[in-house]
Amino acid sequence: MKILVTDQMGAEHELEGLEGWRVMEVIRDWGLNIKAECGGACSCATCHVFVAEEWLDRLSPRTDEEEDMLDTVPDVRETSRLSCQILMSEAIDGLAVTLAPSAARDDTAA
Amino acid sequence: MSGNEIVTDVVVIGAGPCGLFAVFELGLLDLKCHVIDILDRPGGQCAELYPEKPIYDIPGFPVITGQGLTDNLLAQIAPFSPEFHYSRMVNGLERLEDGSFRLETDAGEVFLAKVVVIAAGGGSFQPKRPPVADIEAYEGKSVFYSVRKMDDFRDQDIVIVGGGDSALDWTLNLQPIARSLTLVHRRDAFRAAPDSVNKMKALVADGKISLLIGQIAGLEGPDGNLERIHFATDAGDVSVPATRLMPFFGLTMKLGPVADWGLELNDNLIVVDTEKFETSVPGIFAIGDINTYPGKLKLILSGFHEAALMAQRAKKIISPDERVIFQYTTSSTKLQKKLGVA
Repeated sequence: MKILVTDQMGAEHELEGLEGWRVMEVIRDWGLNIKAECGGACSCATCHVFVAEEWLDRLSPRTDEEEDMLDTVPDVRETSRLSCQILMSEAIDGLAVTLAPSAARDDTAA
Repeated sequence: MSGNEIVTDVVVIGAGPCGLFAVFELGLLDLKCHVIDILDRPGGQCAELYPEKPIYDIPGFPVITGQGLTDNLLAQIAPFSPEFHYSRMVNGLERLEDGSFRLETDAGEVFLAKVVVIAAGGGSFQPKRPPVADIEAYEGKSVFYSVRKMDDFRDQDIVIVGGGDSALDWTLNLQPIARSLTLVHRRDAFRAAPDSVNKMKALVADGKISLLIGQIAGLEGPDGNLERIHFATDAGDVSVPATRLMPFFGLTMKLGPVADWGLELNDNLIVVDTEKFETSVPGIFAIGDINTYPGKLKLILSGFHEAALMAQRAKKIISPDERVIFQYTTSSTKLQKKLGVA
């Protein structure tokens, strides 16, 4: 199954992922610009992505914990999600997300 | 020399799990450590990012929290009486002619050490900066991420952004001395302690502070001196007169000054060998998440292994003529005496 990722520079990438992987892990595994410093514990918000609107309803809603962590994101939008909280599955095959500026690693941060 | 330097065998940079365990391994070899960390308490990521989250891959502990692991490590190294220096960043590190090191912190202290161990994880924790144009120009003049002197905020028009404990605590602390205070948060729900939230809401009800639901959009004012801040809200653009801004979006890790110490780096990580975990500068070691080598796994247990091997080499550097016999804590009375159990 695949996800479509637009990076902070606007380049599009089609990434292959496996069932049960976190979307953050797929993006990190392919070497795109995502910091994900807590490693998937929903504790840092540095895997922040914007989900394409047409996909929003097909994802499980934000948990309270994710909502709390999004408070530490300075560039949050209606479509903001932490990509460590989205699990790959057939139901979201083709999911399209854009990497948020606040997810960029240090050396590349704006 | 001014005579005010702190002289020690080893300076450990970083009080996360690997830095703490390094104190243990070095202590067994009679090496004295000073530990410096930018946070105000030990534990590193375990304390700052996930103190209450379970960790399942520490050998011997089926499950332990980040805080629990930190507390256990502190108990384990207590016999070696390490000295901790919190809320400090090591700015400068230079190698002296005799091969020892001089370190300087942002608090102005100078340390002289024979060996330096960098156990700085993902780098130093620093405040997240809102992505607002030109905010750098205002930082230190009218935008602050912490309060150093309360007086800098007296009779000012203060805007505080955030919904956690730092934002709420400083809202309550600064309100009595502010000319005006506006708290801004992206939603009308706060993750801060309920008691602080109630106090904040009472101040809003009394008209003593304003609460604005929105996100920061722009800064206005000449030469780094804020005059007005713009916010995006559901009702459109709203602007608030402001002479001070405090954004509280939590902390993130940045490599920081480590990048300037002349060490060989690879993708922002310090290159080490896998025999001694020594960097490209002899006498400077790097252990834990901050180092890299073929096959590296960023696991706490890897850092523990690295600490043990590093300590053997550190001992040889500091006491080149001493013959060190390898011993086990289970059977060695000598080691047990050091641990205070024999």
